[in-house]
Amino acid sequence: MNTATTWDDFMEGIWRQNPVFVMVLGMCPTLAVTVSAVNSISMGLATLFVLVCSCGLVSLLRKLVPKEVRIAVYIVIIATFVTAVDYAIQAISLALYDALGAFIQLIVVNCIILGRAEAHAAKNPPLSAMVNAAGMGIGFVIGLLALGVVREILGAGTLFGVSLFGAEFQPWVIMVLPPGGFFVLGGWLLLFSWHARRKQRKQSAKLGEVTQNA
Amino acid sequence: MNQPLIEIRSAPHVQAAKTVETIMRHVVYSLLPICAFYVFQYGVSALASILVVTAACLLTERFFVGTGTQAGRLSDYSAVITGLLLALTLPPGFPLWMGAVAGIVAIALGKALFGGIGFNVFNPALVGRAFVQAAFPTAIATYTPSFLPGRYTEFIPSTLAWPLMIPADAAAWLKTKNLDALAGATPLAKWKFDGVLANADELLTSLSGNMAVGPAPALILVCGAYLAARRFMDWRIPLAILGSAALTAWLLFAYDATRYPNPFFMLFSGGLILGAVYMATDMATSPVTPKGMWVYGALIGLLTVVIRYYSGLPEGVMYAILIANAASPLIEKITQPVPFGRGVLDRARKRASYPLNPGYISREEASAVTPKKRFLPKKPKK
Repeated sequence: MNTATTWDDFMEGIWRQNPVFVMVLGMCPTLAVTVSAVNSISMGLATLFVLVCSCGLVSLLRKLVPKEVRIAVYIVIIATFVTAVDYAIQAISLALYDALGAFIQLIVVNCIILGRAEAHAAKNPPLSAMVNAAGMGIGFVIGLLALGVVREILGAGTLFGVSLFGAEFQPWVIMVLPPGGFFVLGGWLLLFSWHARRKQRKQSAKLGEVTQNA
Repeated sequence: MNQPLIEIRSAPHVQAAKTVETIMRHVVYSLLPICAFYVFQYGVSALASILVVTAACLLTERFFVGTGTQAGRLSDYSAVITGLLLALTLPPGFPLWMGAVAGIVAIALGKALFGGIGFNVFNPALVGRAFVQAAFPTAIATYTPSFLPGRYTEFIPSTLAWPLMIPADAAAWLKTKNLDALAGATPLAKWKFDGVLANADELLTSLSGNMAVGPAPALILVCGAYLAARRFMDWRIPLAILGSAALTAWLLFAYDATRYPNPFFMLFSGGLILGAVYMATDMATSPVTPKGMWVYGALIGLLTVVIRYYSGLPEGVMYAILIANAASPLIEKITQPVPFGRGVLDRARKRASYPLNPGYISREEASAVTPKKRFLPKKPKK
């Protein structure tokens, strides 16, 4: 297998097809659990684990599963790993489990995972599928963390639980409420689309120069 | 030649030397006496608040206009209006850094996001205020009494809070002035939480006692009357708001006078007059049809009274106007005026002449369409 394509598979989810900022998938956990950076990271890691494992398994079984029942099979595979993650988090930290609430179980219906299984894992060998899933999962962690950091800093004045501004900090209540999630997500999307627009403009300017010279 | 006999064009037909900039400039002029009164009431804190909020609005506008994605210019005064109005709706001792946040959010989220002046769905000043209301609920509910001695030399301590830090406690500061914490409550909050009713004539002038109120409603009405007389503002909207609020409050007062306050208290307390005259009449966010203006105003008046009486909040003007802003495209849609000649129930009027012959339609616009047959009399006269 070619290293360049493996690297492309991996980077696809982190930047070019980032699940949060480009594909805008998995919005439910993105908006709901990103109140703090710790919550975001644990949610992202749980999703990453489920994503990599289920994509690997789906890819291994891709020649055995009949086309007609593939979605049901994917759901069963994903649900198995979600159950494992659910119990693991409950065992590790009950406080975290309570904070994440139903969103751990809801990973089953996260369209990032089903989308990856359907679009990539079902058509590629296990290694490629798992590398691609890992990239997607890391991209999701980055997306959640980007929201969680901003919302925690403004909403509580802390980062990973460490106080940044001292006891006198005035929390922005709106940032830990649902509207805060939308505002911060909107802000990030704005930043990325601005960046993409600028890049495009530069490229077209360069292209114009080339055609003029020719 | 196929020259049309009458050329029919779409509105506007009458031109006047009234640009967006002129209108906005006169709105600013009419706001200046109100701001001066506000400074007279609360001294140097109010002045600092007005300056900082307006500066934040202008700088944000400058940034977004500079990106080249916006309609409007910095010189069209609309950001100044947003800043002044926003400052007038905030408590006088509101921390300056929070005021700056409100100003930035007002222009960025309330206006720039939609494409600049004329494209905004919601009143920008109220978007800014709604944001800080949700973000800093304690600070925005902390009012201080007006006409305190030494207000021109001393800041209200909460004004000068460090950025991102909790403002100083106003109650402790009031104690040093020999005033209890209740003195800092607005008349609406006093009525809602303590059952104390202020006199309507005191509220109208804002002058008697150390009440925690905004600029005098009487002054705002005078300034609004100037705008309405110069046709810079439509008089229907404020009249509809005040009429519907008064009617709702009066009906409830007549139903149970012990539970509900009198309608005059409802009219002159809080920000109802300021909202009715300056915020609800924002041209971009209110309906353009005359009938729609009445519906829009009636909705705001009704919602304000309902929110004040039946919700946990003492004041409801802001949310009432924002809800009505959201509804105004719908209101416009259902209140379209009947075009000349259509008559009642889409039937052609008797003995009326119908110039809408396809031959008269200007070919200037490529998309000009032939009117439907029903404008023309169905049967030829015998």
